[in-house]
Amino acid sequence: MKDRVTYPVHIVFLILMLCSFISTSNAQIAQDDQIEQEKITFSTAVSKLKVRSLSAKGTAIEQLVQFDNPQKIVILQALVDGKLFEDRENGQIVIAEKKAEKFSIELAESGKNIGLVDNSVIKKIRINNRLRSKIRNIIAEIRLNSADPDQRLQAVKMLSKSINPASLKILKTLAETEKDSDVLDKLQLIFALDSLNSSDRTIRLKGIETLKQKTSLKAVNRLQALQEKNSEGQFIEPDAEIRKQAKSALVKIQSRLQFYHVTETIFFGLSLGAVLVLAAIGLAITFGVMGVINMAHGEMMMLGAYTTYVMQQIMPNHIALSLLLSIPAAFMVSGLVGIGIERGIIRHLYGRPLETLLATFGVSLVLQQAVRSIFSPLNRSVITPEFMSGSWQINDFLSLTWNRLYILVFCLLVFTFLLQILKRTRLGLEVRAVSQNRNMAKAMGIPTARVDAMTFGLGSGIAGVAGVALSQITNVGPNLGQSYIVDCFMVVVFGGVGNLWGTLVAGFSLGIANKVLEPFAGAVLAKILVLIFIILFIQKRPRGLFPQKGRAAES
Amino acid sequence: MLLKYFSNDKESGVVLLILAAVTLIIPLCNLIFSAGSVFYFSAYTVSLIGKYLTFALLALSLDLVWGYCGILVLGQGAFFALGGYAMGMYLMRQIGDRGVYGNPDLPDFMVFLNWKELPWYWSGFESFPFALLMVMVAPAILAFVFGWLTFRSRVTGVYLSIISQALTYALMLAFFRNEMGFGGNNGLTDFKDIVGYSLQSDTVRALLLMSSGMILIAAFMVCRWLVKTRLGRVVTAIRDQESRVRFLGYRVEMYKLWIFVFSAILAGLAGALYVPQVGIINPSEFSPLVSLEIVVWVAVGGRGSLYGAIIGAILVNYGKTVLTGVLPEVWLFTLGAVFILVTIYMPDGLVGLWKRKIGEINHE
Amino acid sequence: MSNPAKTRFNRYQTFNFVNTHPVIKGNVDVSHGTVLYMEDVSVSFDGFKALNNLSLYINDGELRCLIGPNGAGKTTLMDVITGKTRPDSGSVFFGQTIDLLQMNEAEIAQAGICRKFQKPSVFDQLTVFENLELSLKADKGAWVTLFASLNGEQRDRIDEVLEIIGMTELRFQPAGILSHGQKQWLEIGMLLMQEPRVMLVDEPVAGMTHQEIDRTAELLLSLQGKHSVVVVEHDMAFVRSIAKTVTVLHEGSVLMEGTMDEVQNDPRVIQVYLGE
Repeated sequence: MKDRVTYPVHIVFLILMLCSFISTSNAQIAQDDQIEQEKITFSTAVSKLKVRSLSAKGTAIEQLVQFDNPQKIVILQALVDGKLFEDRENGQIVIAEKKAEKFSIELAESGKNIGLVDNSVIKKIRINNRLRSKIRNIIAEIRLNSADPDQRLQAVKMLSKSINPASLKILKTLAETEKDSDVLDKLQLIFALDSLNSSDRTIRLKGIETLKQKTSLKAVNRLQALQEKNSEGQFIEPDAEIRKQAKSALVKIQSRLQFYHVTETIFFGLSLGAVLVLAAIGLAITFGVMGVINMAHGEMMMLGAYTTYVMQQIMPNHIALSLLLSIPAAFMVSGLVGIGIERGIIRHLYGRPLETLLATFGVSLVLQQAVRSIFSPLNRSVITPEFMSGSWQINDFLSLTWNRLYILVFCLLVFTFLLQILKRTRLGLEVRAVSQNRNMAKAMGIPTARVDAMTFGLGSGIAGVAGVALSQITNVGPNLGQSYIVDCFMVVVFGGVGNLWGTLVAGFSLGIANKVLEPFAGAVLAKILVLIFIILFIQKRPRGLFPQKGRAAES
Repeated sequence: MLLKYFSNDKESGVVLLILAAVTLIIPLCNLIFSAGSVFYFSAYTVSLIGKYLTFALLALSLDLVWGYCGILVLGQGAFFALGGYAMGMYLMRQIGDRGVYGNPDLPDFMVFLNWKELPWYWSGFESFPFALLMVMVAPAILAFVFGWLTFRSRVTGVYLSIISQALTYALMLAFFRNEMGFGGNNGLTDFKDIVGYSLQSDTVRALLLMSSGMILIAAFMVCRWLVKTRLGRVVTAIRDQESRVRFLGYRVEMYKLWIFVFSAILAGLAGALYVPQVGIINPSEFSPLVSLEIVVWVAVGGRGSLYGAIIGAILVNYGKTVLTGVLPEVWLFTLGAVFILVTIYMPDGLVGLWKRKIGEINHE
Repeated sequence: MSNPAKTRFNRYQTFNFVNTHPVIKGNVDVSHGTVLYMEDVSVSFDGFKALNNLSLYINDGELRCLIGPNGAGKTTLMDVITGKTRPDSGSVFFGQTIDLLQMNEAEIAQAGICRKFQKPSVFDQLTVFENLELSLKADKGAWVTLFASLNGEQRDRIDEVLEIIGMTELRFQPAGILSHGQKQWLEIGMLLMQEPRVMLVDEPVAGMTHQEIDRTAELLLSLQGKHSVVVVEHDMAFVRSIAKTVTVLHEGSVLMEGTMDEVQNDPRVIQVYLGE
């Protein structure tokens, strides 16, 4: 996974992401025009790379560098990675990427894709290690001068892998002009690490002082090395003061690491909690507000996940868009199926909760088998769009995966949406009226049957939306729903039936509890412990965390 | 005399007679007649019928708590599986050094996991009487602890159903773990002998069927007696008006607890009889789906009549055998449809239909 | 020795002989003539005070009627006595020594306080006879109940009660087929079977015909002396026909106590019932 430094601004709205996609593709077209004009000279320089002699190759590389063409970095990178080839048929230099048994090739000078070829058609352009490190430095240097701070940071990182006087000099020059705080930060770290090798004690102490502020694996390793003893039990580092300072710096860093560790656990917990809340929130409507035990709730989520899959099949070239469209689509599909179930089955069984439980379980079996028959019993793979893959690398010790972050945000959005529906719309008012006193509501002219159907549809639709989110983190298969149903009920019951906020708090706290327990107990045991905890908790407070109060709740 | 005893409950008498006949005739036919004869029942049939009888016992145990006491347990499979595991542990110990690794003390999976000695909870299972005791004690303890906690804090209705489902789900996850020492994913299998006789032999199979039948008959009689005592009436009263019973001075939670524990013991016995006839026990028996299937058996037969549970278990499982053989895809559709149709159109099950028919005839 | 009847209106007085050595089980000590003490009892549901520092004393063997408008706390009061609802504060004693707040519903019932519910609650699936059998005063442990069978004396007692409630012919009918009034009677029969020290009767004549009401009045009157009876009823004619002492509840507290005539002429009561 690529390291990517991005800022929380990026997180929030999917739409922003889409806009940025469109703008980058426009920029691509502009670049293509530029390449066209410089072709004659640039392409001769490129074609020189195929000379046999290594020293001639070195010259060719230097020539190539002179051109002010962004494609040169791509070519040099391909050369280092062993992806630059010569086409045996027409002598063109191409960049090849292995695809199954064949190679997908593109013209080196323009980056234009020219199709798939066999292994035998192309010939690799070989270089030795000396050339390789030379090219690396060249690439880094080019990038160091880039206007994009991201590019500069990448270059600094690349150079820092092999620190020598030459590279240090380059970096020091950069440090004089550098404005970007991330790049400066990285540079400081490199210089501080290097200063530890100095013979001057004050420089070394100053280096340690700087490292104290850095959260970096390298800093930790280096400081730890200063504490080590050799085989005779003597400290490798003779200077006691240095050792003492290094130790206190290490303690400082480690206390920060502890904090990052806790942050990470909480994040994992929250993201698991978000999944639980998403999954349970629809049930909180059907079970909590209407009192219907819907064992097919998990299958509503499964339908949502399969809707996502189908949408991707319909528009395979627009994965991100299809995911966005899946949200309303899944809401409709699951919601309509939900209304169907309510009208067909549940309405015959109001007031008989145990029978409802059994009948809806029957529905869940039918839906599972239907999906098995239509889509095959195997798991279907749903592609994760670009903007959701990868992670947000905050430092060496803390990185948050994008998909989990998005789901967390999405969960809060869905929750707010639902809350607003119940609070502000006519349907919400009617739902609350019917759930509190069905007969009275009927007497006041509220069409209770329609309200029931709509409420159930709403709860099921939300489950479908949860399924869209689930498709991004788990396998989409016929058993998807089943594996969540017990958890869903636990969350709702733990939070207090009929209380949406309770569901939210319960989901998040169970998620965090799970992740806190995991390091000690392992994933499965943690889950078992949480289940046992809930079972015991319900004994103590049968109405959950936030019980409904009042005289009516007593009976 | 038998018929006189059942004079005001003919259906129970008839079911009992059929059970007795099956228990005696099928194994005898299997042993006496040879493969070509019309009266011959194959070893497969014997095992299959034996299995149905253990399922009937399991359904009976659920009907007692659900049909009479109103506690819809969605984790009855947990007690069945615990009984099964207790028997499975004994059968594992019977393998001795005939396992793949030839270790005289450790079952194969423990050798595979590099365990050096038997965990403490496996000790004693080399003895058949001890294993039989544990078949009943293990489910009873689980039921007691769970029931003590839930009934005392008055968790009822769907809440109880849901947390009993969570219980069996948690157990399933636990038994899937290798560290538990129950064979993890694969469970316990490759059994060889029971009390020194090969499980493959016709006589042992026939005897297993007979004991399943006899234990089922005995359990049926005991349950029938139980529901006809004053305790049975208190339990029925609890089902219909729990709080009223409390105000009459009965400690409702104790009644529920004892019925629940007794039912768990029956389920454990069913599991113990099931395992040697099927040859395997694994954590999937703990899955919530298995427990829900048991509920369907009872619902189809008709709850609150005991014999209905037996009929339901045998019919549904026969249907399952036939359908999964011919059209495996259709089985879940059918099971799902049965769930829906029974709950909506025949809430009292087949027994309810039958009683209504009889009532109509008598009316005319 | 003070007579509790005389100090009845001093609500906040705690009798010094109550509360000294609370016990849960044992015989009911009514040597001071009072069988139920409720002092300073408060119950609130989500901010609503159903009972508000209520103090009430019931004499041994007396027939007491409780009246009051809807929401006055009559049913909550019964819930507190029978252990269904735990009060937020206050004390409830049975006799001088038995602390009811430390007992659960079953223990309270066994100690001798029984209750008829507002909504008749009999066991529909069981026969009339079986309903009475389950109510029989006996050891109610599970094990004993499993092997219990009726002896002659107990059968006679059931027959006697069947006679009293007029259901000898219906004895083998399931209770589910009875009419509303009959269910009320059956439940009163179930109370009788328990031979309680205190009977709490919530709206006994709702849904009954005139003749049935008269018979109920007769029955309840015949019970006083042997049992202490507390009746909650809205039917004023019925209350007048049975009551010696009437307690009026209002907004969770005792508004006044006295004879029916005193109560009916009290301006506060009139105001509560008729408004400003």
